Amino acid sequence: MTYLADVAALTRKDLRVELRAGDTLPAMLLFVLSTLVVFHFALPEGTGDDAAYGLLWVAIVFAALLGLARAWVPEQEHGVLDALVLAPSDRSAIWLGKTLATLAFLAAAQVVALPAFILFFAPLDLTAIAGVLLADIGICAVGSLMAAMASAGRSRELLLPLLVLPLAIPLIVGGVGAAISPESERYLLLLALYDGVFAVLSWASFEYVVTEHSS
Amino acid sequence: MSTSAIRSVPGLALLTAGLMGSALVLALIVVPEDADQGISQRIFYIHVPIALTAYFCFGLGAWKALLLLWRGEERHDLESYVAIHQGTIFGALTLITGSIWAKASWGRWWLWSEDQLVLFLVLFLFYCAYFMLRFSLEDGPRRARSSAVYALFGVVLIPVSFLAIRLAEDLIHPTVFTRDGPQMSGSMFATFCVAWGAVTLLAYVLYRVELAGKRLDADLRDLREALP
Amino acid sequence: MIRARDLEKRYGRRRVLTGVDLAVPAGGFAVVTGPNGSGKTTLLRVLAGLAAPTRGELEVHADRAQLGYLAHEPLVYRELTALENLDLFGRLYRVPERRERIGMLLERFGLWDARGSRVSTYSRGMTQRLALCRALLHDPALLLLDEPYSSLDEEGAELLDRELAALAGERTFVVTTHDAPRLHRLATVEVALA
Repeated sequence: MTYLADVAALTRKDLRVELRAGDTLPAMLLFVLSTLVVFHFALPEGTGDDAAYGLLWVAIVFAALLGLARAWVPEQEHGVLDALVLAPSDRSAIWLGKTLATLAFLAAAQVVALPAFILFFAPLDLTAIAGVLLADIGICAVGSLMAAMASAGRSRELLLPLLVLPLAIPLIVGGVGAAISPESERYLLLLALYDGVFAVLSWASFEYVVTEHSS
Repeated sequence: MSTSAIRSVPGLALLTAGLMGSALVLALIVVPEDADQGISQRIFYIHVPIALTAYFCFGLGAWKALLLLWRGEERHDLESYVAIHQGTIFGALTLITGSIWAKASWGRWWLWSEDQLVLFLVLFLFYCAYFMLRFSLEDGPRRARSSAVYALFGVVLIPVSFLAIRLAEDLIHPTVFTRDGPQMSGSMFATFCVAWGAVTLLAYVLYRVELAGKRLDADLRDLREALP
Repeated sequence: MIRARDLEKRYGRRRVLTGVDLAVPAGGFAVVTGPNGSGKTTLLRVLAGLAAPTRGELEVHADRAQLGYLAHEPLVYRELTALENLDLFGRLYRVPERRERIGMLLERFGLWDARGSRVSTYSRGMTQRLALCRALLHDPALLLLDEPYSSLDEEGAELLDRELAALAGERTFVVTTHDAPRLHRLATVEVALA
């Protein structure tokens, strides 16, 4: 199917561009690690593991925001987004390619961050990691769209966190719940529901965000 | 009064004033006091209608947003914006009245255990960001379409957030916590309905007034430009 | 191919285009002139479908697959090579015999030797030539070129002259420019924006 081929081409492009520019992934990694260290000092002695899980999620969300802020920058330089929008391919493929690439980078950062967390703070079982993956999908899906909206205007770095944080709240609940609750399935289901609903909504509405009229 | 006079804004405003007056009288004086919660329960008659009206406004905003995206008619952008503006105002009022109720009932200005209140806090933050988004974009189809998409995200967020907050509550307070008080008696229910009708009508009147005002502003600007 | 009447484009309160009429038959060559800020770029964006006119009627009988667009900006990825850029757009535009066509265009515009270098290493002239390749890649029926000669060196300008002369009459063009005399020979329609 040409749609999937388009998405593959776009994802490849996003991965290539970012790997060659080379600054986002190290920044995200360093940010997460630094934040975890800060949290050690921020948590008073004797606080349980549960608090640490909460802070893990704060670190993840803010690292994701860091990645998302840079997501559409290559398209803005030299105005390339116009060229992508003008192509006969489906506009939603642009969003999907971007989301998949951002997801890859977030997951890559977490490959380092999660073991670090386990080392510094507390263990993570499979459901906790499943929660992280599901939440990653949600935040990248919604974040890509919001970043695209914000990049058309001014003060986009300020705007992106404001747009994403309220939407990230259910993800944080799901993620923390998956890590600490005995009934973790419910939280994983919440995350799956969020992903299903918001990913589809983002996918469908991207076209409207990058065009001025239907053509 | 003829029906057309009632449908006009001044007519509706008069009706609203009348309804609000009756609602206040009913809620404060006529209805018997609740045995368990006492006088603070009376806030309930204004707090819940305001909350429901806020939901209604957000829903209206999302509907207009859908119409904009679907039909592409520019006027829906302003309608969606005004509806969400009203919704945010009523949302703020929900938080305020809810906070007062919390202080009167439980002695604290904020309760994380009150699901509705927390939901409104999340929504309030979400819709405040809506205005920041609009403010950062230049007037035009881009702003209209992005705002519309964001408004749609808002109504989808309402049930998802509600679920999340419920689940979050289980993390913090593992006991089941029902907020359903005693069943409402006939007079309580009647008072509630009057209050609900009054607040909804108030929101609608404010919506019409603001919409008319903004349209007038736009027309004035167009006229000024058309002049040599 | 293009029929526009009384086009207006406003950004908030700024009116960038007012009362623009344009009719370009298939195979026609429209040259749009005007001082800076007269809306030449905006007109092209409206014709391309990137911007919606606030008022007026517009008919463009070409869909996205048949439209080639050259903007003020090069519209290419800095971090990718010329080959990678064209390969991406070749796929998105479903260009048949993609590799051959890319090779041919790169050669025609003198970029073959630089094809494996990143665009960030290119001079302005080379970047503009690559942008031209991208616009021509899918052999569009309608070409919208925004000041194509700007940032081109002498050699690049000659290549473009040749290309335009070869395609004029078979393809439809709308070209904005500061240098009207250069295109005067090819022009079938001339529009001056205030």
